[in-house]
Amino acid sequence: MNKKLQAVFDQAKLENRAALIGYMPAGFPNLEFSKRIIAAMVDGGVDIVEVGFPYSDPVMDGAVIQQAAEIALQNKTSLQDVFEVVNSVDVPALVMTYWNPIERAGVANFVAGLAKSGGVGVITPDLTIEESAEWISATKENEIGRVYVVAPSSSDERLPKVVDACSGFVYAASLMGVTGARTAVSGAAQQLVERVRKHTNLPVAVGLGVSTREQAAQVAQYADGVIVGSAFIKLVLEAADEKDALERVKVLASELAQGVRGK
Amino acid sequence: MERTEILGHFGQFGGRFVPEALIAALEELEAAHVAAKLDPDFQNELAELHRTYTGRPSIITEAKRFAQHAGNATILLKREDLNHTGSHKINNVLGQALLTKRMGKKRIIAETGAGQHGVASATAAALLGLECVVYMGEEDTKRQALNVARMKLLGASVVPVTTGSRTLKDAINEAMRDWVTNVESTHYLLGTVAGPHPFPTMVRDFHRIIGVEAREQVLNLMGRLPDAVLACVGGGSNAIGIFHPFIDDVGVRLIGLEAGGSGVETGKHAATIVGGSPGVLHGTRSYVLQDENGQTVESHSISAGLDYPGVGPEHAYLHEIGRAEYRAITDDQAMHAFALLSKTEGIIPAIETAHALAGALQVGNELGSEAILLINLSGRGDKDVKTAANYFGIPL
Repeated sequence: MNKKLQAVFDQAKLENRAALIGYMPAGFPNLEFSKRIIAAMVDGGVDIVEVGFPYSDPVMDGAVIQQAAEIALQNKTSLQDVFEVVNSVDVPALVMTYWNPIERAGVANFVAGLAKSGGVGVITPDLTIEESAEWISATKENEIGRVYVVAPSSSDERLPKVVDACSGFVYAASLMGVTGARTAVSGAAQQLVERVRKHTNLPVAVGLGVSTREQAAQVAQYADGVIVGSAFIKLVLEAADEKDALERVKVLASELAQGVRGK
Repeated sequence: MERTEILGHFGQFGGRFVPEALIAALEELEAAHVAAKLDPDFQNELAELHRTYTGRPSIITEAKRFAQHAGNATILLKREDLNHTGSHKINNVLGQALLTKRMGKKRIIAETGAGQHGVASATAAALLGLECVVYMGEEDTKRQALNVARMKLLGASVVPVTTGSRTLKDAINEAMRDWVTNVESTHYLLGTVAGPHPFPTMVRDFHRIIGVEAREQVLNLMGRLPDAVLACVGGGSNAIGIFHPFIDDVGVRLIGLEAGGSGVETGKHAATIVGGSPGVLHGTRSYVLQDENGQTVESHSISAGLDYPGVGPEHAYLHEIGRAEYRAITDDQAMHAFALLSKTEGIIPAIETAHALAGALQVGNELGSEAILLINLSGRGDKDVKTAANYFGIPL
């Protein structure tokens, strides 16, 4: 378990609230500006940042994150760029990435580079526990948190095995589907969080479909973390200019920060 | 020969790299496939469909005039082009459609490049009363407009995919997104031997019938096994289907012909094993066309059905252990063989298949007149008439 990550969840618990986790791909809309957007998210109250490694075939992502990834890839965003963004973040930062970029970099090389840039963990949405042997041993050595995603369809037999492979926190996918804002958070989320808690003391964070203060407040009632991604990206895509983008992102972050405090 | 096939792995290749949300469905599918393999009722139902609907067994044609250009070797064509819907794809599609019914699902989704797998899926859906949605790259819907119309006539919905390179790879991404969302009601009828376990094994099992029939046919016809078996390789389903029953016949060379596009050295190709490197794409570890950051690189081929930057994991394994060999055939070499077969034998092959025929010209000349070559004639060229007319400057 990574100590910096644990400290954030401990502090949130002391304050009787959930942690707010914000996602933004590195290199979107360009390398320098992605750092400033993340800084605005943190300014507004985001506690933990997921830095996305843009990937050419994001099968778990909806239209908004796909579009951001395409822009980041047009900018030729590299592994070093991702680490540079991680290094620039003032709060604990994880990388969220599909598996192939890690495999291409080499597992040991990737983990060493992330540790050096101050990263606290990695969310791996398409890495199954069956394929994780090398990953688990490399991350253990470097105190890098392993965050796997569990889904409403995870069986009772399988769920404890996936949870057991996690360190840092558990990512509970609120619904069966891809990333992107939804008008309501699926009722399956709470049930899934309760099932996960039977098997672990690790914090459980809920993602997929959360975009508003009201939804954040609702999820914060039963989860330790609320994850928001597409809603931030959409604001950047729609903004008139950079100043407008930074303002809107900060406003949404502060609204969501109120939400996770039950306000 | 010792071969490992544990938990969907072929040596270091294969496996499952998918969102957790899909694991339950993959486990359900694996169980259904294993049960069906052992169930005589299922096997009988599939065999009867193949006999009365597909038109199996497919025949062997000796290509004597074509052979004059291939070192006078004996050239035997396994005529999968004569199957209903015009290619080998129907073998897998009928098998998976029957499994879909067994699992109690009522909707199938499929990806398609050239349109052959989409047409076959739409056909099976019509036959068995299933709803069918086909994802097809927008670029491919233009290249293969005739097949789009065929799918619609068969009652399927065709969704043009406008993300990424707008070809097969992006159609697979979109199909996987649909599957994650609708997995309770929907079976993803994947069209090749790629993807997460159990697809590479299951799709191979449904195509093995090609090699099983051909092996016996060649033995009856020639009194011995062929010296080499050749097939084109995109994802690799027709190749693995004809190769697999020959794997233990160590004297039989297995030769896969990949799409070399403008030439592997130009970077504009789809020869994943010849010009790619090990990596993970679409749920499986295999060879991938990728850059230094692990991003998939766009593939290029005149043949929509081979235009894919990945390849089935069992091919990666057969390559690694040296049991099969893989070569790249350029667009020009394929089109030369396309024209040659048409003019010497009166058979217009699919452009995909023409890559295997170009390989036969090479290997026949290497081995000479004593050699027997078995070529999987995986599909017919009706769908490619427009592309070929453009290539050869025939006005339409």
